[in-house]
Amino acid sequence: MPARVLEARVRHKRPRVAVIDLRGEINNGLAETTLNEAYAEAEREHPDCILLNFAEVDYINSTGIALIVTLLARARKSHIRLYSCGLSEHYVEIFNITRLADFMSVFPDEATALADLDIATGEK
Amino acid sequence: MATLLQSMKRLWPIRRTQETTDSRKPAERLRQVASPVDIAPDDPIVAYFLSAPGAVEVEKLHLESPALQALRASGVKLAIPLVSQGELVGLLNLGPRLSEQDYSPDDRGLLNTLATQAAPAVRVAQLVQEQQAEARRRERMEQEMRIARIIQQTLLPQELPQLDCWQLAAYYQPARAVGGDFYDFLAFEDGRLGLVIGDVTDKGVPAALVMATTRSMLRTAAQRGDSPGEVLERANNLLFPDIPPKMFVTCLYAILDPTTGRLQYANAGHDLPYLAHAGAASELRATGMPLGLMPDMHYEEKEVRMVAGDTLLLYSDGLVEAHNPEREMFSFPRLMSLVGQYGASGALIEYLLNELRSFTGIGWEQEDDVTLVTLQHTGDGRMSEQPDAGSDLEEGWRVLETWSIPSAPGNERDAMRHVEAVVRELGLSERRIERLKTAVAEATMNAMEHGNRYQADQPVEVTVLASAHQVAVRIRDAGGGTPVPAETQAPNLEAKLAEEQTPRGWGLFLIRNLVDEMRVMSDDHQHSVELFMSREEEDDAS
Repeated sequence: MPARVLEARVRHKRPRVAVIDLRGEINNGLAETTLNEAYAEAEREHPDCILLNFAEVDYINSTGIALIVTLLARARKSHIRLYSCGLSEHYVEIFNITRLADFMSVFPDEATALADLDIATGEK
Repeated sequence: MATLLQSMKRLWPIRRTQETTDSRKPAERLRQVASPVDIAPDDPIVAYFLSAPGAVEVEKLHLESPALQALRASGVKLAIPLVSQGELVGLLNLGPRLSEQDYSPDDRGLLNTLATQAAPAVRVAQLVQEQQAEARRRERMEQEMRIARIIQQTLLPQELPQLDCWQLAAYYQPARAVGGDFYDFLAFEDGRLGLVIGDVTDKGVPAALVMATTRSMLRTAAQRGDSPGEVLERANNLLFPDIPPKMFVTCLYAILDPTTGRLQYANAGHDLPYLAHAGAASELRATGMPLGLMPDMHYEEKEVRMVAGDTLLLYSDGLVEAHNPEREMFSFPRLMSLVGQYGASGALIEYLLNELRSFTGIGWEQEDDVTLVTLQHTGDGRMSEQPDAGSDLEEGWRVLETWSIPSAPGNERDAMRHVEAVVRELGLSERRIERLKTAVAEATMNAMEHGNRYQADQPVEVTVLASAHQVAVRIRDAGGGTPVPAETQAPNLEAKLAEEQTPRGWGLFLIRNLVDEMRVMSDDHQHSVELFMSREEEDDAS
């Protein structure tokens, strides 16, 4: 079965929030390039928060975890909040085991994540 | 300077006449063949030549110099120093002219010009010769090391003994300059097992030969199944007359009774073994002189009883004496602490090697052989003791399916999906299946990458087994002797986020946290990981 190459689409959802929709597998060097490019594009508008949407990601291996750690390190360095949403139950568990969930908020879906941001910023 | 003078001797066209009272004409004398002139490094003529502006008339020199006397005795009239970059690299020596006239200013000018041009060429020739000699020397050394390595590896056990309820593992990594480490297993007819680990002083072929001799003598001495102290005493007396001066052998010999767990041991000056028991490590002390130093030595005997979960570690000093970039040693206390914490994990060797790699850092040049042997009392006769998937397993375990997958990036997903299909009939919850799938994917990736180095013709073998209460997946690669890097401690996420550590290193950590138990086995030919997961659902909420 051929690997599903990671695809990423960046949406600047509202002022100072960028959403990166991910689709495929986060597991190798190709995914790294895709993630880095998408992150750079998301960062271009100087957002306060970048939301990684994993709703269409069906496989993340240990290499993928390392890539997410890299993104998180990058975000923390530039004081950007990194959120995640759309993870399957299994990958939520992986995020808990690896403690990634301690450093990036995990939401069930995009709407919940954005609502949380609204509360945090006082918007409605 | 010695090299320079050697070169100078080769290059100087000086010929000393055999008879200093020779009455023949100079031209006739020059045709004679004689030995080269030697110049001592501290001969004052060296400093004189270095400061001389050009051609030097030997007869007019007034120095207390043996070399000057030798030059005169050889009939040299004129010497022109060959100086390159402040070094005297040779001399142009001329006897009397055929016409018996003095050398003219034109002659000297010509010779000085010649010397100026010849000196760098001579120096280059000397450097080339030196490099060729060095290359030959290195080739000889490499050849010796190859021989030493072959001797050693030929004599190390090719297979690990298989014992019910016990698991043996061994690791041996020679340093570039091969040391004299060895280990051995002796199976006795009554079911007991002898374990030997030793280290010969010195390196290279001499150490390898002494290692081979010691191994033979120990085997001879142990044949009757005598106690460890008696065996070491006999081996010492056999070795002492033949061992080369200033060489000796440290050695620990233990005998295990697998049915009772009784371990008798005696020690000839070797590093103390560690016994991991109930989350702590203790040293197994017994006194005795190294083998080969003095005859008629007595070796203290001790014994200990190993129980299920205990692990014994035998090792050589290559581990504890490894240095980090700050020149700190890995040390015994560090090793003892690690053994205490992780001794019962079933993958102690991998864990220690990973710790060693972390300690020494990237680019470590291994200073000495590293040898590790572990003996673990597994106690329950688990399926991990079984040699082959598909054979009759321990009661209660059955093989559901065995298959192979080529070692290529991405193929771990095939293993994952295949395992899912096989275990689905067992009624595991979705959550457990997902956990097992990820663990299988990670273990398969490790097997393909570290064990088989992604060689397509080296497949990874996957076996799914089930008992009434558990499911197990065995993943086997051809990486015997090259354990999968282990990161059994929780990766430090804070350090990774601060970019003080690599973001990688999650594989084994994930596996350990996703399955109930992971067991790792290695021998000289292959490496296996076994993943166990309970089929019970009661702790699913945990």
